[in-house]
Amino acid sequence: MYEKEKDLISAFLRGEVDRRGMLKGLGAAGLTAGTAGTLFNMMSTRALAADFDWKAHSGKSVKLLLNKHPYADAMIANLQTFKDLTGMEVTYDVFPEDVYFDKVTAALSSSSSEYDAFMTGAYMTWTYGPAGWITDLNEWIKDTTKTNPQYGWDDFLPGVKASCAWNGQPGGALGSEDAKQWCIPWGYEQNNLSYNKEMFDKVGVGVPKNLDELLTTAAKLTKDVGGGVYGIGVRGSRSWATIHPGFLSGYANFGQKDLNVSADGKLSAAMNTPESKAFHAKWVQMIQESGPKDWSTYTWYQVGTDLGAGASAMIYDADILGYFMNGGDNKMAGKLAYAPFAANPAASAPTPNIWIWSLSMSNFSKDKDATWYFLQWATGLEHAIFGATKMDFVNPVRATVWKDEIFRERLKKSYPGYVEMHDISAPGAKIHFTAQPLFFDLTTEWAATLQKMVAKEVPVDEGLDKLAESINRQLAEAGLG
Amino acid sequence: MASVTQSGATPRGFRISKKVLPYVLSLPALLVCIGILIPFFSAVVYSFQRYRLSQPWARQFNWGENYLNFFTDSGFWNTLRVSLVYAGTTVVLELLLGLGIALLLQRRSTVNNFISIMLLLPLMTAPALAALMWKLMTNPGFGILSYFASLIGLENFRWASSPDTALLTVVLVDIWVYTPFIMILLLAGLRSLPTQPFEAAALDGVPRSFVFFRITLPMLTPYILTATLFRLLDSIQQFDIIYAMTQGGPGDTLTVFQVEAYLNFFQSTNVGRSAALLIILWAITYILSNVFIKNWLRLRERARGEA
Repeated sequence: MYEKEKDLISAFLRGEVDRRGMLKGLGAAGLTAGTAGTLFNMMSTRALAADFDWKAHSGKSVKLLLNKHPYADAMIANLQTFKDLTGMEVTYDVFPEDVYFDKVTAALSSSSSEYDAFMTGAYMTWTYGPAGWITDLNEWIKDTTKTNPQYGWDDFLPGVKASCAWNGQPGGALGSEDAKQWCIPWGYEQNNLSYNKEMFDKVGVGVPKNLDELLTTAAKLTKDVGGGVYGIGVRGSRSWATIHPGFLSGYANFGQKDLNVSADGKLSAAMNTPESKAFHAKWVQMIQESGPKDWSTYTWYQVGTDLGAGASAMIYDADILGYFMNGGDNKMAGKLAYAPFAANPAASAPTPNIWIWSLSMSNFSKDKDATWYFLQWATGLEHAIFGATKMDFVNPVRATVWKDEIFRERLKKSYPGYVEMHDISAPGAKIHFTAQPLFFDLTTEWAATLQKMVAKEVPVDEGLDKLAESINRQLAEAGLG
Repeated sequence: MASVTQSGATPRGFRISKKVLPYVLSLPALLVCIGILIPFFSAVVYSFQRYRLSQPWARQFNWGENYLNFFTDSGFWNTLRVSLVYAGTTVVLELLLGLGIALLLQRRSTVNNFISIMLLLPLMTAPALAALMWKLMTNPGFGILSYFASLIGLENFRWASSPDTALLTVVLVDIWVYTPFIMILLLAGLRSLPTQPFEAAALDGVPRSFVFFRITLPMLTPYILTATLFRLLDSIQQFDIIYAMTQGGPGDTLTVFQVEAYLNFFQSTNVGRSAALLIILWAITYILSNVFIKNWLRLRERARGEA
């Protein structure tokens, strides 16, 4: 029964038939979506198990620490596949983001062996790695006896993969030859514009092409849309998270940096150059004129919900935030559009700073080999395809998924402009911060300075000079400057 | 057989001598003390170290450098100032309000009892949840308090998001949550005062203000001191409300000790600096407690006619 269909799916999994051809074939065979899905999962599992002993750790168990996120939801929805494939048990704790990273820090700093693997961002590994809390995953990736030959390490987007690798030297380039792979990328976010097309049409403005246009467009939207709608949503809380999305993406587009790295590896503040001051002045003006009234309390959550609720006309933030706000029961669902954004008119392309939800292995894991089995499955192609096509696992980190026509068409149909935005900005997308252990100290202070500037407590020039002075002092105290 | 065992004398081996018994009985208290002192002294040791979790290789004793650095750090003096201003403002306002409400509810009646129970509701709310509720109520777009502010001509009032009004906003939340605590303590105190002095004053036709300042207030002072001490210790260590509403911002407007220490530990993983901040906070609360307790004891002695 279903032998022909099984052959068709097997051919697809071997790369002999494309996804469209397989779906057409299954449709012609009269298979229902449910049956086709079951067959596909079954054949995927068989294909995965073909050249690799997935049962090597059967009967063992791993425990995960997860952040409440659609990517975690997608993994949980597919977890049975992993259990069937390996015979392993997986348990997990899920925490909301407000407390998630504190929970991770508490678990790791106490050398707790409760969790084997956990979700993280690349910035966090700059603390966890040198502290000895997480494992360099190169040891497993490069071990052919422990890694499925079909894993496809080269399939990961190079910039994203490199962003999760650091040699531990303050100022060391991400993805360098001697870098340790502190985490495996899972899903990532670029920072671009998501906007309310209906509001733009009502006011008669086009999509801004650079920072100056962003200022004027946001101001016009604030003035003309009415109903208390403001022009541009960006983050403003006293946290590193305010600096990394739109702000740093635009800042990097002007060729500006957070820190200078001298030839002898010493770090120094780089944010009080004339160009940086000019950028800050415009950013501050934009928030003062067209940002949310209580901007200094804004996290990603408020930025997103305002767009989804029709309280803001556009955001310069994570693209997946714009994606999620265009669906579900959001008031503005179906009315949002997306655009790549290069803040510098002289720049040839956008340079979005990225956030990467990744998976790391705890150095205190009781069974690292078994944990690696989970990690390679969760970051493997089959799960990525499942997440991208059946769940909201947007912005996958594998090139194959981005090439998948079904995935692209699904996005194009429901989220016009999203794929184009991604493709245009992807080449310049990477982490634009300097990797160093004081990342959170410096960015939190940077955000606090930005708050003072927006509140007109300190002029931009003076604020940045003071910030640079303070950062240089901290770097020197920590032996980095 | 069973009854023989129960009524029989304790076997000689299990007898505890009278000399040892006090030590055995105080053992649980000793264990609790050790449980308290171990983390405390660990923090003291950490505070004398250069200790960042992200730079374990650089961990070493720096013998007070963390403390010395604070003297030249304007951020630290700001933290000290904000913490003291916050604690002072909230305690004074809560005391005045709590006393006022307690006086209004002093007379025992069904209505007064019902109102006093209702007024306790904020105290039963977790401070972080209270902060969240107030964050929504003060939202400039849809918050009900923003709407009321606009009715009295305060358009675009920015509550916790402006450096000018952030302190006021978090103080309001603190007052909302903790005034009932003072109220209930003082109400209990008021209701337990002896009635004779008041009856005598009434017979003599003494004015109400005289009764309040010369009889009620002096007799209530031990209760006021106790309530103030509890609130002051709590308020100077405030974290939940401030962090949930502003994360210490805007700028450095609300970077009180606990927020600074939290960020230093969890975000910066700077254990040494975080511990030093908390030890300084401990020293401040220790000094304040001593001042209050000494005054409380002096008052008690005076009330007994011993001073």
